[in-house]
Amino acid sequence: MSNTPMTDARPVLEMKGITKHFPGVRALSAVDLRLLPGEVHALMGQNGAGKSTLVKVLTGVHPPDSGQLLLEGHEIKPQSPLDAQKLGISTVYQEVNLCPNLSVAENIFLGRGGTSNVAIRWKEMRRKAEVLLADLNVHIDVTALLSSYPLAVQQMVAIARSLTAQTGGAAEVGTKILILDEPTSSLAEDEVKMLFLVIRRLKAQGIAILFITHFLNQAFEISDRFTVLRNGQRVGEYPVAELSRMDLIVKMVGKEIAEVGLDRAARAAATTSDKPAPAAFLETHGLGKKGSVSGIDLAVLPGQAVGIAGLLGSGRTETARLLFGIDRADQGTMTIDGKPVRFSAPLDAIVHGLGFCPEDRKSEGIIAELSIRENIILALQCKRGIFRNLSRARQDEIASSYIALLGIKTADASVPISKLSGGNQQKALLARWLATDPRMLILDEPTRGIDVGAKVEIMAQVMSLCDKGMAVVFASSEMGEILGYADRVVVMRDRTKVGEMPAAGTDERAVFQIIAGG
Amino acid sequence: MRWLGFARQLTGKRHFWSLAMLALLLAYNLVRDPHFFAISMYDGHLTGSLVDILVRGAPLLIISMGLTLVVATHGIDISVGAVVAISGAVAAALIGGQLSGETGMGEVTRFALPVVITGALGLALLLGIWNGTLVAYFGLQPIIATLILLGIGRGVAQLITDGQIITIYYSPYAFFGRGFLLGLPFSLFIVAAVAAVLTLLTRKTALGLFIEAIGDNPVASRLAGVRARTITVAVYAVCSLCAGIAGVIGSSNLMSADGNNAGLWIELDAILAVVLGGTPLSGGKFSLAGSVMGALIIQTLATTILSAHVAPEITLVVKGIVVFIVSILQSERIKMLLGSNRQDPTRTKGTPG
Repeated sequence: MSNTPMTDARPVLEMKGITKHFPGVRALSAVDLRLLPGEVHALMGQNGAGKSTLVKVLTGVHPPDSGQLLLEGHEIKPQSPLDAQKLGISTVYQEVNLCPNLSVAENIFLGRGGTSNVAIRWKEMRRKAEVLLADLNVHIDVTALLSSYPLAVQQMVAIARSLTAQTGGAAEVGTKILILDEPTSSLAEDEVKMLFLVIRRLKAQGIAILFITHFLNQAFEISDRFTVLRNGQRVGEYPVAELSRMDLIVKMVGKEIAEVGLDRAARAAATTSDKPAPAAFLETHGLGKKGSVSGIDLAVLPGQAVGIAGLLGSGRTETARLLFGIDRADQGTMTIDGKPVRFSAPLDAIVHGLGFCPEDRKSEGIIAELSIRENIILALQCKRGIFRNLSRARQDEIASSYIALLGIKTADASVPISKLSGGNQQKALLARWLATDPRMLILDEPTRGIDVGAKVEIMAQVMSLCDKGMAVVFASSEMGEILGYADRVVVMRDRTKVGEMPAAGTDERAVFQIIAGG
Repeated sequence: MRWLGFARQLTGKRHFWSLAMLALLLAYNLVRDPHFFAISMYDGHLTGSLVDILVRGAPLLIISMGLTLVVATHGIDISVGAVVAISGAVAAALIGGQLSGETGMGEVTRFALPVVITGALGLALLLGIWNGTLVAYFGLQPIIATLILLGIGRGVAQLITDGQIITIYYSPYAFFGRGFLLGLPFSLFIVAAVAAVLTLLTRKTALGLFIEAIGDNPVASRLAGVRARTITVAVYAVCSLCAGIAGVIGSSNLMSADGNNAGLWIELDAILAVVLGGTPLSGGKFSLAGSVMGALIIQTLATTILSAHVAPEITLVVKGIVVFIVSILQSERIKMLLGSNRQDPTRTKGTPG
């Protein structure tokens, strides 16, 4: 806090020593945040750094365990988002939280109290809505359905809504603080420009804006100051001018390399030098999909682990989805064993020897009601086809062998998989793919949300198969994981591949440099 | 308190309550009419109230089994009644309504019997593929997709029969609904065959597993390699085919095709049968045997109400009460209260879409 040049301005909001525990986790420990009037303040940090918890404390969703909130020097204790709004703290969320089937005007005033005590005065409501939007330089028909407008306009409507005063109390309080939580994640480039115009307008009115984004470019473009969080702690508060992109990333991610790394890179460098490199198992040239990623060139050799690095939204997951045929590529080519292939569904990829562990285990991985056994044999059964049914005895045999191999903690393979813990579910999903005897395994954030023990076991298992000739492609937001396990590192930025290097001899700084864009 | 524990274990069994309801209905009939269970040979044919229930229930039994598969994929097919009407109409139209001989019954048909059956069932199959395509490829909600056919189906049936109720005079056609084989009504053999084929399809191939996977989590199923769209179409096709078979049996039994009334409201009874049988409308784990039991409850109830001379104006109320009781007893919450189920009723399934 020492190095801000604006120390003379009185902060509109101060959060002091905010600590928040959830069962088993310390989400925030003694975090400070200061917002000055008329500034855009970017809250930066990786997933799980505590950004959203901090916002939820500020908006009254979670009361803090300890710490103080001062609004214009007076202590406040918001109990709910509505409460916070009455105090002048408004939030616009990532997903537009409006009703697409109502008109723009209705959306702005829904639940905001009518303009009369008895009936809605439609004309007045429309006029007010038009004025509000005109303030934001948005001129549209407010009687049209919200869904008839593009996402960017919907976002503006959400902002306009957040600026409408709460009329619940006696005195109307204008918005003092506007929190924008990932407002640009689904916007196109020109729409982002439009949003930034609005932000600058609001800033000029003296509103303090707390901006949360994963896009570094945007954070640098629009913000005055950064507060960086990591693992629930404040790393520091910095004026934008004093921080390079590189510095910011290092502060967000931290420098320590994960100790679980097997340092495959060094070993691989030592062993593969005397052997001729095998032919690539899978190769892509300019692979891409409209609206998703583009220009993906990859070559994955048997027995090689390729790590895909990049920030959230850089296209890691999208790349994995293209490789596995979940999304259909409409640009570029892909070959397996040198033969061109075109996947229109995951089954095509499975038949070619691919497997895929998704990032979101619950919605894309497990089939909750089915048993552990059924979940494990599902992909193998799909690969065999509907008529070559695995006998119950064979299913039991496969399930119990993987339960033993991966150390899945269950007494009975016939209980629903939803009864397992997260780490054990992830192991069962790994078993699902290992049972298909894959030639290449794609893992998207393989260790997200599971405990350290399971994490190490899963990666050790995958890497031992990799040593035996299975190719591995894994996307991860943890740089330590990438450099620890991968032979080669592919770097993504802004939904395209921007670099590739051997993991051996590469340090995190070099990768961050590419992520940051030089 | 050992008996209490035993009772809990018993009531927790999958089909306990529907079996209990069926037993209760039969017991009531037995008390009212001691000859209710009597089955006698008459003219080389088995007859009796129980046989009656089975024969009258044949169309519902067949449709309920087909619908079970659709429901298991988290879908629904409300067009089965319309398909019953259409397949009956097609069969009648292919036979033609010519009178022949002195008795009015005869051997005259425009097309051979195999052609008639293939035509009727083939169209039913096509209609099922249509339903499945709307759901799987056009992304329509199942209830809307099949509502379309429910709406126009009877119109189509009337077009086929030129708006008339066609009386079928071709006597061999009567065999499906009225004939006997080895002393048993032939329609029961059809029911048994459908049950056997569907059981084999779902339990001896991986189809059952895939259907349950789709019903529970379509996204994860696709990622694991399940051809969700193809299977969805297939399941609607099978369901519609079952309705077509029911239509043939029904029109054969009445020896007429009535586009307006054949299979009227049978979709509602079939949905009830599936739900009573323990297959949740939210999809996932399904039970063909359960649906058979559900259909038997509904049919027994209908027969009971008729033979007990319940006033027609309260018939529907009585039916509603019975369904209400079984549904309530089977609900997860009640099972929790009775302590006979270890599952958490608040656990909601992932039901995307």
